[in-house]
Amino acid sequence: MVGIVLVAHSAGLAEEAAALARGIAGARVPVAAAGGADDGGLGTSYDRIEAAVRAVDQGDGVVLIPDLGSSVLTARLLEEPGRVVLADAPFVEGAVAAAVTAGSGAPIGQVLDAAAEARTFRKL
Amino acid sequence: MRAGFPAAWLAECARVVAAERERLTALDAAIGDADHGANLDRGFAEVRRALAAAPEADALVTAGTTLIRKVGGASGPLYGSLLRAMGAALGAQASPAEFAAAFTTGVEAVARLGRSAEGDKTMLDALWPAARALTDATGPQAPSGLPAPPGLSGSLEFPEISRLSAAEVFGRAATAARAGAAATVPMLARKGRASYLGERSVGHEDPGAASSALLVGALETVADEWGGG
Repeated sequence: MVGIVLVAHSAGLAEEAAALARGIAGARVPVAAAGGADDGGLGTSYDRIEAAVRAVDQGDGVVLIPDLGSSVLTARLLEEPGRVVLADAPFVEGAVAAAVTAGSGAPIGQVLDAAAEARTFRKL
Repeated sequence: MRAGFPAAWLAECARVVAAERERLTALDAAIGDADHGANLDRGFAEVRRALAAAPEADALVTAGTTLIRKVGGASGPLYGSLLRAMGAALGAQASPAEFAAAFTTGVEAVARLGRSAEGDKTMLDALWPAARALTDATGPQAPSGLPAPPGLSGSLEFPEISRLSAAEVFGRAATAARAGAAATVPMLARKGRASYLGERSVGHEDPGAASSALLVGALETVADEWGGG
């Protein structure tokens, strides 16, 4: 199964978004949170993202979903084409779409597409 | 270039970032989240520790990796990529032209990671002018900007160049970087945290460009460490 890593400036934001994605997609979908800086404050931690990637990597690839700014830049430093990839997606909608698609056993390309397509979801 | 030049430069970067920490933070308070000075100061303090712990390692690569791991803001991955790419491109005993080429490789890495260009009101507005100044001051063209005389190809040593000291070469780069940073004041931010402000980003110097000018200025300060050649 493709793993999902949610990278946010806030540890709480990443944890809760991961809990939401697991709640909707199913607890067996590997979704990990990598939020906040090393000191626990707002920011991005390369080490936390790297550890989260390792935690959800089952051999089918990992999709990183960053919130904004330094989350995007730091996550890009961990990219491995075809294996660890970044989704250009809204954080919550992208996380849920990616987790649900990963849970269906889809390959990494489809999980990435599902996250990116979440950008077009209308709520009203 | 002496083997110790990159480490001397990085030590001066750490000193000047600590000294200018409050100014960087004040600039960032105007159009950002007021953490640039603190983030960079903490990052370079870690760089100092990492270099002291591993004096035999490639100083630029070590410093870059440290900034990526220890700075929680955008300046970590951006300056980290600059230093890592520069370190990977810079051979031992580099000539001034090779140093300019390695610096340019580092700036290209920043532009690639940030998907940003000159004029977006970012650190690149100071780094690109510095890279061009370094290249111009160390390249096959005469320092005055006149073309090389007929018969001299770009790969040949141009005797005029050898008269430019390291202090002059780095002085030109520092001047170009400071002018580039000052030129960000009227710009509209198109990348980074300030871009959320839209028109309200106009009228403030970009903190990333300001810190870039400090790092390039540090080259001039330690020019005496360059050594011969």
